[in-house]
Amino acid sequence: MSRPSATSNRKLIIWLMTGAIGMFGFGFALVPLYDVLCEQLGINGKTQSTASTYKPMTIDTSRVITVEFMANIQQDMPWEFTPEVKRMQVHPGELVRTNFNAKSLALATTVGQAIPSVSPGQGAAYFNKTECFCFNQQLLAAQSSAALPLIFYVDPDLPDTISTLTLSYTLYNITDKGYVGAVEQGAAK
Amino acid sequence: MNTTTREANMDAAHIEESNEHHEAHPTGIKRWLFTTNHKDIGTLYLWFSFIMFLTGGAMAMVIRAELFQPGLQLVEPNFFNQMTTVHGLIMVFGAVMPAFTGLANWLIPMMIGAPDMALPRMNNWSFWILPFAFTILLSSLFMEGGGPNFGWTFYAPLSTTYSPDSTALFVFSIHIMGISSIMGAINVVVTIVNMRAPGMSWMKLPLFVWTWLITAFLLIAVMPVLAGVVTMVLTDKYFGTSFFDAAGGGDPVMFQHIFWFFGHPEVYIMILPSFGIISAIVPAFSRKRLFGYSSMVYATASIAILSFLVWAHHMFTTGMPVFAELFFMYCTMLIAVPTGVKVFNWVATMWRGSLSFETPMLFAIAFIILFTIGGFSGLMLAITPVDFQYHDTYFVVAHFHYVLVTGAIFSIMAAAYYWLPKWTGHMYDEKLGKLHFWCSVISVNVLFFPMHFLGLAGMPRRIPDYAIQFADVNQIVSIGGFAFGLSQFIFLALVIKCIKGGEKAPAKPWDGAEGLEWTLPSPAPYHSFSTPPEVK
Repeated sequence: MSRPSATSNRKLIIWLMTGAIGMFGFGFALVPLYDVLCEQLGINGKTQSTASTYKPMTIDTSRVITVEFMANIQQDMPWEFTPEVKRMQVHPGELVRTNFNAKSLALATTVGQAIPSVSPGQGAAYFNKTECFCFNQQLLAAQSSAALPLIFYVDPDLPDTISTLTLSYTLYNITDKGYVGAVEQGAAK
Repeated sequence: MNTTTREANMDAAHIEESNEHHEAHPTGIKRWLFTTNHKDIGTLYLWFSFIMFLTGGAMAMVIRAELFQPGLQLVEPNFFNQMTTVHGLIMVFGAVMPAFTGLANWLIPMMIGAPDMALPRMNNWSFWILPFAFTILLSSLFMEGGGPNFGWTFYAPLSTTYSPDSTALFVFSIHIMGISSIMGAINVVVTIVNMRAPGMSWMKLPLFVWTWLITAFLLIAVMPVLAGVVTMVLTDKYFGTSFFDAAGGGDPVMFQHIFWFFGHPEVYIMILPSFGIISAIVPAFSRKRLFGYSSMVYATASIAILSFLVWAHHMFTTGMPVFAELFFMYCTMLIAVPTGVKVFNWVATMWRGSLSFETPMLFAIAFIILFTIGGFSGLMLAITPVDFQYHDTYFVVAHFHYVLVTGAIFSIMAAAYYWLPKWTGHMYDEKLGKLHFWCSVISVNVLFFPMHFLGLAGMPRRIPDYAIQFADVNQIVSIGGFAFGLSQFIFLALVIKCIKGGEKAPAKPWDGAEGLEWTLPSPAPYHSFSTPPEVK
């Protein structure tokens, strides 16, 4: 083997540098890739972030699915946040409406964002929301409260192994984050 | 071949400058600051790594002193967390990785018959930015609010929402370490691809060169991903992005996926060069050729490829789908196959060999046995259902210290003993070396072996205080820790003694050793091969 020429060194350096820069980009490409994979495969309990439309379908009355609701708040969120009912029995294909109650304890207007998560994760793709307060940021005036609506149905294709779905919301305080288009909830009750 | 052409080949951009400085050796501090010589830079790397080893070790001593008995005695819990975090960062990025880069600098040109590294000026840079990185990292410990306290894995949201104000310094120090590693890796690849002596074909390369070549590709592939993920932490914390913040549409679990996509290949970055070292030392002291050379090369390559497919075995408890858990479990177990090939090859090399037990060989044998123990506990951790019990316990701590301390660090010690005569021109003190070995190997097992039982009994890692039933075993572990720490001063004394003087070393002090580096006189001349050697 002959000694290297300067050009062959330079060529190799350029290749390797391109590889390194490409991998830096790949690190960031993992972010959308992760979201797409989670959403498509319905893993990680991620539910769809836009409303689905309900087409009339046969309601499978032979199956009963227990749906449980949980509400969590991040520690710096000055709201009370609870589901109206903690658990309910639904049939797959049935359109169901329920509410979550939010009450602001803050002395100023606060904005919250609820993030849903379904457990078991494999059930997330079958839990469809036609209307959800989690699609928007929620704005509450000081000391006011509101009923936040949720309308959903469970897809009849839900695997037989799943008989209970738990929907958990975590409410985050995003007042300082420069919110846009928050939905203002009704006057104080 | 005349000097001008050779210099031109090394770095075309500065031909003129090269010639001017060629024979001028600056002395004193300037020699070290401006050096482009692979041996000088190798020496700098190795000393830097040893200083970091002692620094990280001192932090381990703080941890073990606090854990000597239950309750909070010596340090605040927050400071304890900073100690575990910075201990991990220093040992990974400051001790093990620079030690391997130092060995690569010293040895690769000599092993492939090249005069120097291919990119000597970049080499100087890649070393000299390291001290700044670690100064930044260590200085953050003295800031108000303290240094990084979120574990070396800096999981979000610990490193974003709940991290101290000094997190930016942590991020920048990781950036600098990453740039240094990438430059070092590029240098290694270019050197190996373009600077081999005539006749040094791929399948004649010493295994240390092979393993480093593969390691360099791993570094180029994953260090940028680490740079990316720390950048995301930086922007999440300071610039209002929400990569890992669920409130803004991000996901903290995604942090773990990206981090371990870097993190698992990183684990092999810290062990593959060890395999190369052991593959040089075991044949030398068995006076036999290495058994299964080509299978060693293929095994190393397969380990490197598989390392990209196993990252999620660090996160079995994050609620992954069963399918993913099974996939990552089987892929992880598959790695035991090429690793087993290596271990059996080393044992087969020793089989019916004419063995002698000088210090490098002792460390190499200890490596094989103790690294295998670490490998087996790794297999146990790979089994998804039982990982739910082991996760985040001292069992994990025992596992990765077996592979990193008695694996990576023992191999570095073995390498230091093996090549010290070549580096210094003097034989080291064999009695002192054996003393260092036996003190280390006994204390390291007192230190890490009982941790397996602590973990199985349920002691969580990264805690400054623990339930009272763990007290006795923790005391034993701490005593082992102090003894292991003190034993390393024997090594320091030995190295200093060896540099200052001692029996003159011949060109080839080990009768069974093979490789081009032993054809050079000891100590190795400032420029390795002025004319390329003939490789048969």
